[in-house]
Amino acid sequence: MVVRYLGAEVQRMEDPRLITGNGRYVDDIKLDGMLHAAFLRSPHAHAKMRSIDTSRAAALDGVHRVFTHADLGPKYSHRMNQLYPAPVIEQNKTQYPLAKDEVCYVGEGIAVVVADSRAIAEDAVALIDVDYETLPAVVDIMTALEDGAPLAHADTSSNLMGRMRSQFGDIEDAFAKADHVFSASFMQHRGGCHSMETRGCIGRDDPWGDGLTLWTSAQSPYLIRRALSRWLDEPEERIRVVAPDVGGGFGPKAGFYPEEIVIPLLARFMERPVKWIEDRREHFMSTTTQRDQHWALEVACTNEGKILGLRGKVTHENGAFVPYGILLPNSSLTPLPGAYSIAAIDVGVDIVFTNTVPNSPVRGAGRPCGIYAVERMVQVVSRNLGIDPATVRRRNYVRPEQMPYETGATLRGGAKCVYDSGDYEALLDKALELADYDGFAARQAAARAEGRYLGIGVSSCIEDTGMGPYEGTTVRVEASGKVAVRTGAASQGQGHHTMIAMIVAENLGVAPEDILFESADTSKFPHGVGTIGSRVAANVGPSAFDAASKVREKALKLAAEVLEASEADLDIEDGVVRVNGAPDVSITLGELAVQLSPASAMRVPAGFDPLLEATSYDGSSGSPIACGSNVAEVEVDIGTGEVRVLRYSVAHDCGVMINPKVVHGQIVGGVVHGIGNALFERMIYDDQGQPLTTNYGEYLLPLASEMPRVDVTHMETPSPLNSLGVKGAGEGGTIPAAAAIVAAIENALADFDVEIDYYPVDPQMLTELIDAGAAEAAE
Amino acid sequence: MADTREITVTVNGESRTATAETRTSLGDFLRQTLGLTGTHMGCEHGVCGACTVLVDGEAARSCLMLAVQADGREITTVEGLAGDDGALSPLQEAFWKHHGLQCGFCTPGMLTSLTAYLRDNPDPSERDVREAISGNICRCTGYQGIVDAALDAAKTMREG
Repeated sequence: MVVRYLGAEVQRMEDPRLITGNGRYVDDIKLDGMLHAAFLRSPHAHAKMRSIDTSRAAALDGVHRVFTHADLGPKYSHRMNQLYPAPVIEQNKTQYPLAKDEVCYVGEGIAVVVADSRAIAEDAVALIDVDYETLPAVVDIMTALEDGAPLAHADTSSNLMGRMRSQFGDIEDAFAKADHVFSASFMQHRGGCHSMETRGCIGRDDPWGDGLTLWTSAQSPYLIRRALSRWLDEPEERIRVVAPDVGGGFGPKAGFYPEEIVIPLLARFMERPVKWIEDRREHFMSTTTQRDQHWALEVACTNEGKILGLRGKVTHENGAFVPYGILLPNSSLTPLPGAYSIAAIDVGVDIVFTNTVPNSPVRGAGRPCGIYAVERMVQVVSRNLGIDPATVRRRNYVRPEQMPYETGATLRGGAKCVYDSGDYEALLDKALELADYDGFAARQAAARAEGRYLGIGVSSCIEDTGMGPYEGTTVRVEASGKVAVRTGAASQGQGHHTMIAMIVAENLGVAPEDILFESADTSKFPHGVGTIGSRVAANVGPSAFDAASKVREKALKLAAEVLEASEADLDIEDGVVRVNGAPDVSITLGELAVQLSPASAMRVPAGFDPLLEATSYDGSSGSPIACGSNVAEVEVDIGTGEVRVLRYSVAHDCGVMINPKVVHGQIVGGVVHGIGNALFERMIYDDQGQPLTTNYGEYLLPLASEMPRVDVTHMETPSPLNSLGVKGAGEGGTIPAAAAIVAAIENALADFDVEIDYYPVDPQMLTELIDAGAAEAAE
Repeated sequence: MADTREITVTVNGESRTATAETRTSLGDFLRQTLGLTGTHMGCEHGVCGACTVLVDGEAARSCLMLAVQADGREITTVEGLAGDDGALSPLQEAFWKHHGLQCGFCTPGMLTSLTAYLRDNPDPSERDVREAISGNICRCTGYQGIVDAALDAAKTMREG
C-alpha cells in the first residue's frame, strides 16, 4: 500500500527545532577565536572623502585592526562584479566593497573595525575620522533625468542607468480603432526587506585546510560562491558558502553584498574567524530595498470595456548602484498584460540612479508593480465607462481555451511569456463568492446609514513562477536505512525540508522522519540556483520526485535479484521491500544499500552502479503561470483617514498543492506583505538623501492588530510544464494585494470622487483627498 | 576597562552566575554569555518583540533591559517552555499544528509573550489575541497561523 503524503497537511519537519529555541541562525554560530566586526557607514548621501583617519579607533583597547579600502591592499581593490549582466545596462555602476574615495548613499560602507566584541567594535567605529566634501544628491526620480539635476555619481554625465521596453502587437492600430482612450499616472512605492532576522555573516579562512568558508543569512549561496570566486579570482571548489537557518529573505537576501566580500577577507587577514551581524538601523540603510516606480499609462478600449492596447512610460528608481542587473525593472514589465488578453502593449522604462541604497527585488520583485499598473487601468476603464469592475475583468480575461497563451512579452531568460494553464474567470467567481460580493451593496448601504464608509475592491493577477534552469536533488539510502536528501535550495521559512521529504517519502516508500535533509551548503551539493521568484517547488519538486523514482527503481531491481522475485511483485513500505503475497520474504532498503556499498574485497552486484543513490535536475520546461483573484473590503474613517481592512478574500491557483497548509501560509503571509505595501510601509528620504524612517516607530510594518483574517480558497489546475503539476506560491498573495486595497478605498470614497495616485495610502493623504472632494462637491 | 558586575539569575529553573558588562542587554547576556541562542534579537529598539523573555513570569523585551537589572530574578526563555521531559507545551504544540511559524525568527518572542498572556487570559477572543501580539512583528505568516495556534492552545489548556 502506498502511503500518500502529497496533498496532505503534513506538519512541518522544521518546526520542533524552531519552537524549542534550537534553530541555528548565523548569529547562533560561535567559532573558536572568533572576532567581531562593525562597519562605519556613510552619513552622507553623496560625498567625496578627502581622508580617513583610523588611528584613534585602532588604539582602543580590544580593537585588533581597522580596515579601509586602502587597507585591503591592491589585490582586493576592485569594484564588485555585475551578477546579472545585460546589454541594456548603459552605466554598470557597482560599488567597492569598502568605498574608495566617493560615497553615493547613506549607509555605504567606508571602514570596518575588527575587535574582541561587537560592542567594542561599535565604540571604535565612532572614533574613525573622515574628512568629507559633500556633493549634491539626487533623490527625486521624476527630475533625475532633467538637465542640471544633481548627479548620483561624480564621474558621470547622466543619471540614466538604462532603458527597456516591452512592445508587442500593433499599438497604433489599437489606439486608432478604440472607442475610448483613458490615461492615468501613479507612483508606486514598495518598502524594504524587513526579515525579522537581519543580514549577517561569518568568515573563516583556512588555506591549508578547508579553504574559505562563509556562513551567511542568504537566499542564494551558490550565487554568492560564484560571485566571491570571481571577485577573489580563486576557484569555487575552495570556497564554501552555507546558508544556515535564515530568518526570512523576501528578495533582498538573494543577492551578493559588500560585507560578503569584506568579512571573509578580514578572516583571511586576521587568521581568525570574523562575525558581522547587521543591526536594524544598518538594515534600513544598507540592505537593498524596492521603493519608487512611476507609471504614466494610456489605455485604449471599446464601449464595452474590452481593452485593446496599453502604452506608456515607467520611471524606475534604481538607487546608487546596480547590484542585481535589471531584474527589477524587467520583472515590472513582463507581467503586462496581466490576466487579460490585450493584443498590443508598448511600455518603456527609464531606470534612474539616485543617491539612495541600491534597489533589489522584494517579494514579487517587479510583478506587484506591473500587476498593479494593469489593474489600475482596468479600474480606470470601469470607472469611466461605469461598468462593474468584475464585469470589465470578465470581458478581458485570457480564457482557458486560449491556453497556452503567448502574451508577446519576453521573460528575462529570453523565453516567450506563455500562460500555460488556468481558468481566470472561474477563479474570480470563487473569490467573489468567498467575499460575498453580491451582498456587498447591502452591507455598504447599511453602514452608510450609520455614517460609515465601506468599499470593495477586486484585483486579479498572473505570476510567472518556477524560472529555470533547475534546482537539483540527490537521494541516497544509507546503510542504516535512513535516506539522505540533498539539494542546493536555501530555505528562509518556506518549508522546503517538509515539502521535499513528503515527495521523497511517498515515492520511495519510507517515512518522512527517516529523511535526513540538508540544503544550502555548497560543500554538500555541487550546484544550486537560488530561492527567488517562487521557483523552488516547481524545480526541486520535480527533481526530488525524479531522484526518488530512480532510487526506487534501482532498489526494486536489486531486491528482485536478491529475493529471487519478479520486480512487478515487489513493493516498498516503510523502508522494507516485500514480495506481494509473501510478506515474510523481504529486505530493507538499508540492506540493499549495503550491497551497493560493500566492504573491501566484496563486489557490487553485476549490472549495478555503486550506492543506492540518484541525482536529478528535472525541473519545469518553462515558467508555470500561477494566478489569483483577490477581493478586499475596507472601511475608511472619513474624519481620520484611517483604513481598516474588514475582510480579505483570495482565490488562488498554484497548480497541484504539495502541502496545502504550507501553501496557505505562503498566501496569507504574502497578502499581509501586500497590505503593508498598500497602507503602511514607506521608506522616506529627504531631498538630501537622508533616510528618515530608520526604525519601526517610523517605518510601519503590518501588525496582527491591524490585519484582517484572510480567507483563502484554491483551484488546482495542474501545470503541464512539470511532472508534479505544481506552480509557485510564494508571491501570489502579495502581487495583487495593493491594487485590491486601493480600489476598495476609492470605492468607499466614491462620494468624494477620490482618485489615488500613490501608495502606501496614509491617513494624511486620504483626509486631504476627502476634504478636497467634499469641497468640490459643495461648490 | 568596561564596568562589570557579577550577577546571578535563575534561567529556566537553573541558577547561573556570570560576569556581565553593565551596558550589556539581557538579550545579549542570555545569548552570548549563557549560550542560550533561542532568544533572538530582531530590532534592538523594543518594537519587534522577537527578544521577549519572561522575567519573574512577566513578558519583557530583553533588548531593553540590562543584564544587571535581572540580577536575582527568574528568567524563562524559549528553551524553558517545554517540560523537563522535553514534552512540548500546549502552545508549542499548537504552533506546530497550525503552521504558526515559517522562518522561526519571531517565534521565540511570540511563544514567550503568548505563554504569559494565556496564563492570565485563559479564554481570549481572536481580537484579544491579535491585540496581545500586536507588539510582536512577524514578516512571514500574516499572523493567522499564530492567532489560530493561540486560540487552540487556550482551548486545550482550559480543557486541561
